[in-house]
Amino acid sequence: MEEPLNTEMPFEQAFAQLEEIVQRLEAGELTLQESLDLYEQGMAAARHCQTLLDAAELRVTQIQGGVEEAGEVPFDVEG
Amino acid sequence: MQKSTMSAILSVRELAAYLRELLDYDEVLADVWVEGEVSNLSRSTAGHVYFTLKEADAQISCVLFRGAASRLTHLPADGEAVLVHGRVSFYEAGGRLQLYVDMLRSLGLGALFLRFQELKARLEAEGLFDPQIKRSLPPFPRRIGVVTSATGAAIQDVLHVLRRRYPLVAVVISPTLVQGKEAAPQIVVALERLREHSVDLIIVTRGGGSLEDLWPFNEEIVARAIRAAPVPVISGVGHETDFTIADFAADVRAPTPSAAAEIAVPDRAELDLAVAQRRKQMEQGLRWQVGELRRQLQERDRRLRHLSPQVQITGRRQQVDDLVDRAARGLNHRLEVIRERVRSAALRLASLDPQATLQRGYAVVRLKPEGIVVVSPAQVASGDALEVQVRDGSFEAEAS
Repeated sequence: MEEPLNTEMPFEQAFAQLEEIVQRLEAGELTLQESLDLYEQGMAAARHCQTLLDAAELRVTQIQGGVEEAGEVPFDVEG
Repeated sequence: MQKSTMSAILSVRELAAYLRELLDYDEVLADVWVEGEVSNLSRSTAGHVYFTLKEADAQISCVLFRGAASRLTHLPADGEAVLVHGRVSFYEAGGRLQLYVDMLRSLGLGALFLRFQELKARLEAEGLFDPQIKRSLPPFPRRIGVVTSATGAAIQDVLHVLRRRYPLVAVVISPTLVQGKEAAPQIVVALERLREHSVDLIIVTRGGGSLEDLWPFNEEIVARAIRAAPVPVISGVGHETDFTIADFAADVRAPTPSAAAEIAVPDRAELDLAVAQRRKQMEQGLRWQVGELRRQLQERDRRLRHLSPQVQITGRRQQVDDLVDRAARGLNHRLEVIRERVRSAALRLASLDPQATLQRGYAVVRLKPEGIVVVSPAQVASGDALEVQVRDGSFEAEAS
């Protein structure tokens, strides 16, 4: 069974889960209940993917300092 | 212009004109042959060609007007050594001294270009550009390291594309000089620093420039640092026509900074489509399954109905009815046969009825008083009383 979808799940993981669910549904070797459960999970994954795509904002940082003590600071640009 | 006027204040135009006249009067400058390496070559929309002629530590601006340029079979490449002929003058509007070239002849490839060729051949022989060692790019990068100048146009181009196509990604800029003598070692350090920032992809990039500007990306240490990076590297250096050693060493070469960003990430619009597509596939899969189950259910239902007690009882009842029918038909038949026999017996009996004989005029004679039917003369003696029966009645008689 799929791990339950959490809101922290990165896009590629949610998308991979969606792909897998589609394949299993299309293989057609499941009971109806399994299919319905899977369908619900798939829809949740699809919604999650779409939410991520809609809400994402590019995060940009810049490395400061040398190799040893390098830190990151926000990169302030208007692009 | 008189010497005495030189102490007066000059306007810019006057100074520029003075310089131009000074140069134009010089006989050497009016007819010079110069040998050097072409750099920064560009062509204006009007068709004039501008470039810098240089050697180690000296350079001069050159212009080749459209007419002269059109006589060339090919334009010299940056780094190419050429011999030019022309005159030197002062370009007042631009405020610079330049060589107005009327003839240009190629002397072959320049020193920089030869160095490039030598290094490329050596690294290639070593296997540094082998397609087999190229790493494939992650389809959905999470953190992209960008090695470039934090103040150049390239980073803006890259961020612009990433923001448009795939804003899910985080960008870590590892700033470095991208031209000049210090640039190559700085690029190596910038790549090195990204190791601690868990990126899954690196873009090494800078905008367009002359062959000299792009030179740091032709340095061996940069090529080696790119191959030593723990994650795949995309190069995007200069314009489409620029190929650097870094491009050959990179896992993927992009023609420009923007193109590097495009290659680095998937497109949000396509992903939207892909998600919608998967959704549709899921719906179809489920709908198919439900349809299939419904068909199977109908099939079972039909078979079950066949086997139900109701249907069986009806069947048995039918059989009983049939049997009763058949029994009744059999009985009737037998009755008919018997009836027929009775009828024919009755007919035969009727033909034997004595009354019928009397009808035809015969008579029955009985001996009185016993009433015995006389069938022989021997039964009767003379004087015996007899009863004669005919059709309409009977009368007495006496035997004689």
